[in-house]
Amino acid sequence: MQSFLQQLFIGSSLASILLLAALGLTFTFGQMGIINMAHGEFIMAGAYVPYALQTGILAGSVGGAFLVAMPVAFVVVGLMGVVLYRLLLRRMLNRTLDTLLVTVGVSLIMQQLARDIFGAQNVEVIAPTFLRGNWEVAGVIMPHTRLFIIGLVAAIVVGLSAFLAKAPQGRRMRAVMQHRQLASVSGLKTSRVDAATFFVGSALAGLAGVAVALIGPIGSAVGTDYVVDAFLVVIVGGLGKLRGTIIAAVALGLLNAYIEKYLSGVSQSAASLAKAVVLGCVILFLQFRPNGIVSFRTRGLAT
Amino acid sequence: MSQTTDTADAVATQEALDLAVAERVGPSAAPVAPPVTSRRRSPMTRLGLGTDNPWVGRAVFVAFALVLLAIPTLLDDPTRIRQWAEYLSYAMIAVGIDIAWGYGGMLTMGQGVFFGLGAYAMGMHLSLEQVPDGQIPQFMSLYADNTELPLIWRPFGSLWFAVLAAILIPAIVAACLGLLVFKRRIRGPYFAILTQASALIFSLILIGQLKLTAGTNGLTNFTTVFGRQRYDPDTNTFLYYLAAGALLVVVLVAMLVVRSRFGRLLVATRDGEDRVRFLGYDPAVVKTIAFALSAAMAGLAGALAAPIIGIVAPDQFSVLPSILMVCWVAVGGRGTLWGAVLGAIVVSWSQTKFSETRPDDWVYFQGALFIVVVGFLPGGIAGTLTWLRRRVAPSPSAEPASPLSSALPVGAEGVVA
Repeated sequence: MQSFLQQLFIGSSLASILLLAALGLTFTFGQMGIINMAHGEFIMAGAYVPYALQTGILAGSVGGAFLVAMPVAFVVVGLMGVVLYRLLLRRMLNRTLDTLLVTVGVSLIMQQLARDIFGAQNVEVIAPTFLRGNWEVAGVIMPHTRLFIIGLVAAIVVGLSAFLAKAPQGRRMRAVMQHRQLASVSGLKTSRVDAATFFVGSALAGLAGVAVALIGPIGSAVGTDYVVDAFLVVIVGGLGKLRGTIIAAVALGLLNAYIEKYLSGVSQSAASLAKAVVLGCVILFLQFRPNGIVSFRTRGLAT
Repeated sequence: MSQTTDTADAVATQEALDLAVAERVGPSAAPVAPPVTSRRRSPMTRLGLGTDNPWVGRAVFVAFALVLLAIPTLLDDPTRIRQWAEYLSYAMIAVGIDIAWGYGGMLTMGQGVFFGLGAYAMGMHLSLEQVPDGQIPQFMSLYADNTELPLIWRPFGSLWFAVLAAILIPAIVAACLGLLVFKRRIRGPYFAILTQASALIFSLILIGQLKLTAGTNGLTNFTTVFGRQRYDPDTNTFLYYLAAGALLVVVLVAMLVVRSRFGRLLVATRDGEDRVRFLGYDPAVVKTIAFALSAAMAGLAGALAAPIIGIVAPDQFSVLPSILMVCWVAVGGRGTLWGAVLGAIVVSWSQTKFSETRPDDWVYFQGALFIVVVGFLPGGIAGTLTWLRRRVAPSPSAEPASPLSSALPVGAEGVVA
C-alpha cells in the first residue's frame, strides 16, 4: 500500500511536468498546425533564467531570485516565441511537417547558443529555503519542490481554463482554433491571435523550465528529454483540448510510474523498458481513438 | 490542405489517378494520359536535365556508377576513402527516406531505428568474428557473470544470417508499425512524432540492455572485418566498393519502384489518400509497403556502416541523428532520388569538413541549413536546379514557378487532422 501511494505521488509529479510541457504545445499545434520542436529549447531557456538570476544580478538572495525568475521566464520566453512566429513560422501555416523540420533547426541553434553562453557543463539551480525538505505522510515521501510544481501546474490549469472561457483573447483563440476561415471573415485578425497564442504557449514553456530547474541539473539538452514525451501527451489528449491534455498527462504519468515500479523487480533497465511499454500503449490507444481522447466533432472526411 | 499549386505535380497526380481508374474499370472506360506527359515528371527532368528520353536516365545512372568507381583513385588516401564509403552508406538511408517521405508523404523521423537494427545485426557478427567459436565477446564478461553466449547472439555467427537479419528485421518492424498506424489513418505529424518517440526509446533500450549491447560504449574493437585486417588500407577500398555496389543496387531498385505502377499509386496516395481509397485501393497497404522498403534500405546501410565506421553505439541511432537523415533528403531535394543521394553526400561531406576545422560551428551550420532549406527552398538542390532551368529556358508547357512551389509535392507537408 505504501509503495502504491509512493508511486501515485511519483506518477502525479511526472504528470504535472508533462502537462506543463504539453500545454503550450497543444495550443500552437491545435490552433496553427505548427509543430514547434524548439518548445523543448524554450523549456531549457526558462530553466536557465533562475540560474542566470542567481549567479547574476540577484546573487545575494537565492529565494528572491527564484520568485523573480517565474515572471521573468514567462515574459522572456513568451517573447522568444513571438519572435520565432513572426520571423519564421507565420509564413508556414498549413505546412505542418515543414514547421517541424524548421523548428528542429531552431532548436539545434538554441542548444549550441546555450552551450556557448552557459558552458557545456550541467549547472544546478539552488532551491529556495522554503522549498527544501520533504513532507512525509503515511510513509510516503513528498519533496517540497515536487509538491510546489504540482500546485503551480494546478494553478496554471485553473487560470488557463478561466482565460479560455472568459477573457476576450481566450474566446478569440477558441474561435480561430475551431474554424480559422470563419473567424477570419467574422473580422478577427487571425495573425494577431496566432501571435498571442504563440506568446502564451511559449511563456508556459518558460514556466515549465523554471519548474524543471528545481528537480535536477540543467544543461543544453534538458528540453529534449521532455519534448518527445510532451508530444505524445498532445497526441493522446487531442489537439488544442485542455481537458484531453490533462487526462492524457495524468494517464501517461501514472502509467509510466507504475510500469517502471513493476518492471524494476524484473529488469535492471526498468526506466527505458517502461517508456517502450508506454509508447506501445499509446499506439494501441490510437487504434481505438485515432484523434485522441477529446476531438472536435466533424463531418469532414479528413479526420 | 496546402494552397501550393504546381502544374507538374497536379498533372502527375491526375495521371496516377487516371491510371488507377484505367486499371480498375478497364482500358476503354477511362482516358489515359498521353505517354509524353507521363515522362515529364521523371527524376531526370526534375534534376534539370530537360529531356523526356528515358535513355538519358539510364545514361546518368551509368555515369553515376563510373564516378563511384573512379572516386577511390581520385582520393588516393585510405582515410578519405573510408569516409566516402560512409557517405555512400548514408546515401542508401536517404534514398529510403525519399521513398517514404518524398514519394509517399510519410515523414519518418525514426529511420535511425532501422539503421541501428541493421548496424547491430552486423556489429554482433563482427564481434563474434573477433573471438574463437564458442567464446563470448569481451564486454560480456565485464557486465555479466555467465560465460554462455546469449541465445539471440548465437545465429549472428553466420555472415549470411547477419546480412539477411539486417535487411529483414527492419522491414518487418516497419511493416508491423506501419500496418498498426496506417490502418487507423494516423498520418502526417502524428506519424512523425510516433516514429521520433520510437527512435528515442530504441536508443534508451540499447543503453539499458548492457549485457546484450554493451550499453553506451557500443560494439567496437573490430580488428578484422570479413576476414580482412581492418587497418589495412586495402580493406578501406574493399569496403568502399562494397558500399558503392550496394548503393547502386538500392538506387536501381528505387528507380524501378518509383517508375512502376506501385510508384504512381504511392504518389497518388501522398496527394489524395481519400481519392485512392475511393478507387478501391487500400492506402494503408501502399504506405506500409513503401515504409517497409525504406526501412530495409536503412537496415542494409546499417549493415555496411558497422564495418566502415568500426563502432556501433546507441548515440548514432537516437533522435538527433534520425532527424539529420531527414535533413539530407530535404537538402538534396525530396521527391527526386538523385537529390537524396546528393544531399546525403554533400551534407555528410560538409560535416567532415566542419569537424576537421571548426567543430563547434557545425551545429550552427546544421541548424541554419534546416531553416533555410526547409523554410525557403523546400525543393532542395534538385528543386532549385529545376527552378533555375525554367527561369533560363522556360518551356512553353511549363508555367514559371517560384522556388517555393517548384518540386514541393502538394500535400507532402501533411494534412492537419
